[in-house]
Amino acid sequence: MEQLVNAISLGSIYALVALGYTMVYGIIRLINFAHGDILMLGAYIGFALISILKLDFFSALILSMLACAIIGAVIERIAYKPLRKSAKIAALITAIGVSYFIENIMIVQVGAETKVFPDVLGKQSFQLFGVDITLKQVLIFLITISLMVVLTLVIQRTKMGKAMRAVSTDEEAAQLMGINVDNVITFTFLLGSALAGAAGVLVGVYYGAMTPLMGVTPGLKAFIAAVLGGIGSVPGAMLGGYLIGLLETIVNALGFSLYKDAFVYAILVVILIVRPAGLLGKNVKEKV
Amino acid sequence: MKKHLKLHIIWIALIVLVALLIDFLIAQGIITQVYERTLVTIFINIILAVGLNLVIGIAGQFSLGHAGFMAIGAYAGAILMMQVDGILGLLLGMLVGAILAGGVAVIIGIPTLRLTGDYLAIATLGASEIIRIIILTSDNITNGAIGISGIPDTATWSIVYVFVIITTVLVLNYIRSSAGRATLAIRENEIAAEAMGVHSLKYKVTAFVIGAMTASVAGTLYASYLGVVAPKDFTFQKSIDVLIIVVFGGIGSVTGSIIAAISLGILNTLLQPVGEWRTIIYAIALILVMIFRPSGLLGRRELMISPFLNRQKGASQK
Repeated sequence: MEQLVNAISLGSIYALVALGYTMVYGIIRLINFAHGDILMLGAYIGFALISILKLDFFSALILSMLACAIIGAVIERIAYKPLRKSAKIAALITAIGVSYFIENIMIVQVGAETKVFPDVLGKQSFQLFGVDITLKQVLIFLITISLMVVLTLVIQRTKMGKAMRAVSTDEEAAQLMGINVDNVITFTFLLGSALAGAAGVLVGVYYGAMTPLMGVTPGLKAFIAAVLGGIGSVPGAMLGGYLIGLLETIVNALGFSLYKDAFVYAILVVILIVRPAGLLGKNVKEKV
Repeated sequence: MKKHLKLHIIWIALIVLVALLIDFLIAQGIITQVYERTLVTIFINIILAVGLNLVIGIAGQFSLGHAGFMAIGAYAGAILMMQVDGILGLLLGMLVGAILAGGVAVIIGIPTLRLTGDYLAIATLGASEIIRIIILTSDNITNGAIGISGIPDTATWSIVYVFVIITTVLVLNYIRSSAGRATLAIRENEIAAEAMGVHSLKYKVTAFVIGAMTASVAGTLYASYLGVVAPKDFTFQKSIDVLIIVVFGGIGSVTGSIIAAISLGILNTLLQPVGEWRTIIYAIALILVMIFRPSGLLGRRELMISPFLNRQKGASQK
């Protein structure tokens, strides 16, 4: 039972990051390798706000999301926009380059060693149906769910959301209908990066530690979660995130923690082979 | 035929000349121990990049799992060289590693190479990480995270050099063979190639296997030259490093990969004083090359000697 609570909080974080991947992929068919590094930046920004500016947890979370949103949008404009028309592999390699750049800049600036994230939420815990639940876990879950609700509303109800869906279905047609595709793409990066920033702060709180390379593994796993659920699909990303969180916790609980990453990758390979479109994805036939 | 002979002679002369030059520089003490290590790193990177270029540039399959195959070769080499001394151990390790890597490549390749583009990249990345985790966790054979040290350093720079030439010639010959042309057809348009009767999966897997085997050979040489291997040498990062070389030189150009490996190796040494900024400069360079020259320095072109020969011949005929 306690494992289930762990799985939910871990899965929440993966789901948040996976949403960013899914949205970006859904719109420009690019695996944004730098997404995990935005998460790392979010954690560091949150850390700075909490420990240097002495802000409380929620304002730090929101400011760090804002900062990450801006960083994400700037990255998109500088690095990805010039490559919109070139081969996919060029964009993918650029994304790897951006990820490399962010990681190493941070290593130079803050050092490669692990830093302790301030324990802002304390160790309070309470019992629910005989299970120990910490305040942290509840907050992570609640924050994730509310962010997801907001995101779904943005996508379903706003004009920008409608434009996003239009661009992801058919970019050219959307352009002909008077949608400013560039702005929509930047907006997508903004949203995705804000979610990654939130996830970064949550990862920092959850594990209590951070390093400049902390984004790599959650980034990859969140991507796997996105693929598992069906890349490009918002509910799919959530489902995938929770499934990966659950799987990892089960493997951990069974005492194979060393093999936990191997399991996740193996699931990825199997899913790609059996159902390349993911659990909730649509199968797109290849065109001649 | 005569032209071919002439070409071969020029190439062999060039290869021997480079070897003599390096030998001379080492004897004179201009290439010190430190520089020799850089030199061998460049050589090993050439083998890795040429192999990866066959997969990415020629077959058009974006693989991010090169480090995994290198790890197989390195560990096979390390374990066998600890048992069998001298050059025999090195060759045995290389052989076993290459067979193992080839086998693993078939197992990974047949299902994953059905995927395209980004999906394939992620699947191969996953596969390579699984290989690394298996190595990391089988501590009774591989000594876990600590790795294996004290491997006899059989591989000298000249042995590595010989293997650079062997792998490059093999890959170049494969590209020019009929199988290689079929592979190129798949890169250009897989559906059209299939329609023309090219068994695309077969050629994709073949290219993948050859790439894996060359990576494994590079891994064995790496283990033997450095004398130590550890799982942390073969992370995702290593695959990216090789990818950077391939991209810089030009995806699809073997000579481009060689030039990129050499120039990046030199750049790396020159940037040594700036320490950590080196990787940042690397990253910026990668992004800039992609934005301004997405096809790499040479694109798909090869640097060849034959055009020069032809030009001279044309001039003398006038």
